[in-house]
Amino acid sequence: MNRIKDNFNRIWQDFYLVIIMVFLYAPIATMMVLSFNSSKSRTQWGGFTLQWYTQMFASRNIMDALYNTLMIAFLSALIATVIGTAASIAINSMKAVPRTILMGITNIPMLNADIVTGISLMLAFIAFGISLGFQTVLIAHITFNIPYVILSVMPKLKQTSRYTYEAAMDLGASPIYAFFHVVFPDILPGVLSGFLLAFTMSLDDFIITHFTRGAGINTLSTLIYSEVRRGIKPSMYALSTVIFVVVLLLLLISNFAPRRKQADQT
Amino acid sequence: MGQSLIDLQNIYKSFDGTMVLDDLSLSVKENTFVTLLGPSGCGKTTTLRIIGGFETQDSGNVIFDGTEISKLPPNKRQLNTVFQKYALFTHMNIAENIAFGLKIKGKSKPYIQDKIKYALKLVNLDGFENRSVDSLSGGQQQRIAIARAIVNEPRVLLLDEPLGALDLKLRQDMQYELIRLKNELGITFIYVTHDQEEALTMSDTIVVMNQGYIQQMGSPEQIYNEPENAFVADFIGESNIVPGIMLHDELVEIFGAKFACVDKGFGINRPVDVVIRPEDIDLVEPSRGTLVGTCTHLIFKGVHYEMEITTPDGFEWLVHSTDMCPVGQEVGIHVDPFDIQIMNKPASEDEEAVGVNE
Repeated sequence: MNRIKDNFNRIWQDFYLVIIMVFLYAPIATMMVLSFNSSKSRTQWGGFTLQWYTQMFASRNIMDALYNTLMIAFLSALIATVIGTAASIAINSMKAVPRTILMGITNIPMLNADIVTGISLMLAFIAFGISLGFQTVLIAHITFNIPYVILSVMPKLKQTSRYTYEAAMDLGASPIYAFFHVVFPDILPGVLSGFLLAFTMSLDDFIITHFTRGAGINTLSTLIYSEVRRGIKPSMYALSTVIFVVVLLLLLISNFAPRRKQADQT
Repeated sequence: MGQSLIDLQNIYKSFDGTMVLDDLSLSVKENTFVTLLGPSGCGKTTTLRIIGGFETQDSGNVIFDGTEISKLPPNKRQLNTVFQKYALFTHMNIAENIAFGLKIKGKSKPYIQDKIKYALKLVNLDGFENRSVDSLSGGQQQRIAIARAIVNEPRVLLLDEPLGALDLKLRQDMQYELIRLKNELGITFIYVTHDQEEALTMSDTIVVMNQGYIQQMGSPEQIYNEPENAFVADFIGESNIVPGIMLHDELVEIFGAKFACVDKGFGINRPVDVVIRPEDIDLVEPSRGTLVGTCTHLIFKGVHYEMEITTPDGFEWLVHSTDMCPVGQEVGIHVDPFDIQIMNKPASEDEEAVGVNE
């Protein structure tokens, strides 16, 4: 009796898992399949083709947008990582009350609705006479990336004892030498995952980019959005597939990189 | 010998309005083992951190070998610290940890290699060069921390409760290691601890601190046998502190009984505090005792019995003795004159903190 019940439970658990996976990934799988479909129809399979991918890579618009997207993601992640790491160190050395207040303040932009952040940034740029374009998108992305960096560096900083920094000073290191040779290696996994998180967030963003980009500059997400209004071309499926795979790879790297490092040490 | 290496002069330090060090002055001679001993919050670690350069005093001078060094950052001071939590660099192996200070000083590779070998030998961890920090036990990590400090040939080694996290057996072994190291290296040790046994075992000089003041300074024997006030007597080992009246030189009255002692100069009929160590009380026949009491408590401790003898006035005398007195039995108390230590009574709570001789 019990065996049958156990078996039933196990089957039910597996079924449940499959259902969830289907809900999560069926749409993406559909899109991926359609990106290789030689027929333009969304319901009929016309044979395997890579023409949508070649079309995508041949398109000036798409390649410009890809360049912008990667440039903005890389630069904003890099600058946000530098600012965010410096900020984390400052916040970490504060007394309890100001630290709590400042952490609260840095968390607000993350909880804030993107559309509010987007509109307010756009208004601020216009009010201060900054013309919208590549630089405003970059500034906007740096802004919303900083909290993510702080959030991933902070726990690492808390783990490292302040005594290692003092020990380095005690052994003759200048504050800068002590930071780069002793503190930084300890928080490096946090800094790296902060960078990758920021990169992904920037890659992912549509709403804030949409409001701060102005005319004439597109990222992949805004390009897809404007193309979609004119009717969806299958090359958009190909593009979306590429974006999904890139983001997935980055997330995998950022999840496994720190763990691999720890495994190396033991 | 007589030259002092470190002089702290009238150091004041407060954190957020709380006075931590109040007019502290201390001088440390070259090649001695000095221990700052006191309960947590007494200012001993702050004193060490001021010497190391990690805190700056509000006022007062820190003189190192004749030079005022208050303005020097830690990396410019000729002393090294062994931290309470070891503070090893976990992303480096043992050799890299030990080489850290030498690399900054720009020493040559062969010199550094030699030094690493020598330091590891000194702390009995030969061949540990390529081990990772995580693979070491607490005691081994602590020894590496010491090795890392001493390869820089500091004139003073500061140790902030370095044995606090180790278990009892290891702690005792490390105490002997530290004494050996100090003798082999011939450098000055300034050691912070709250463990009175550690302090008594290792030190040339013990500085007993409480509430930011130095209570007493002296050799372990002086501190143990001749505590200057009730705080020191109570903090160092166990003791019976009883009110007495100094009738005249070399005679003190305790609970109506007259005890011969060796102290002089307290005046006539002066109220005093009397310190008698539990192991200095002899249990004798009731007829021969200076005081007579009843045993109310008895525990076997291995080396000796721990007993409480209650005298008619209600005072419970703590007694350590290899002689056993069963609970409920009457027994006489006898103390030899040189085992009685007389202290002035503090006039007020404040003075108790300051210490009698200030």
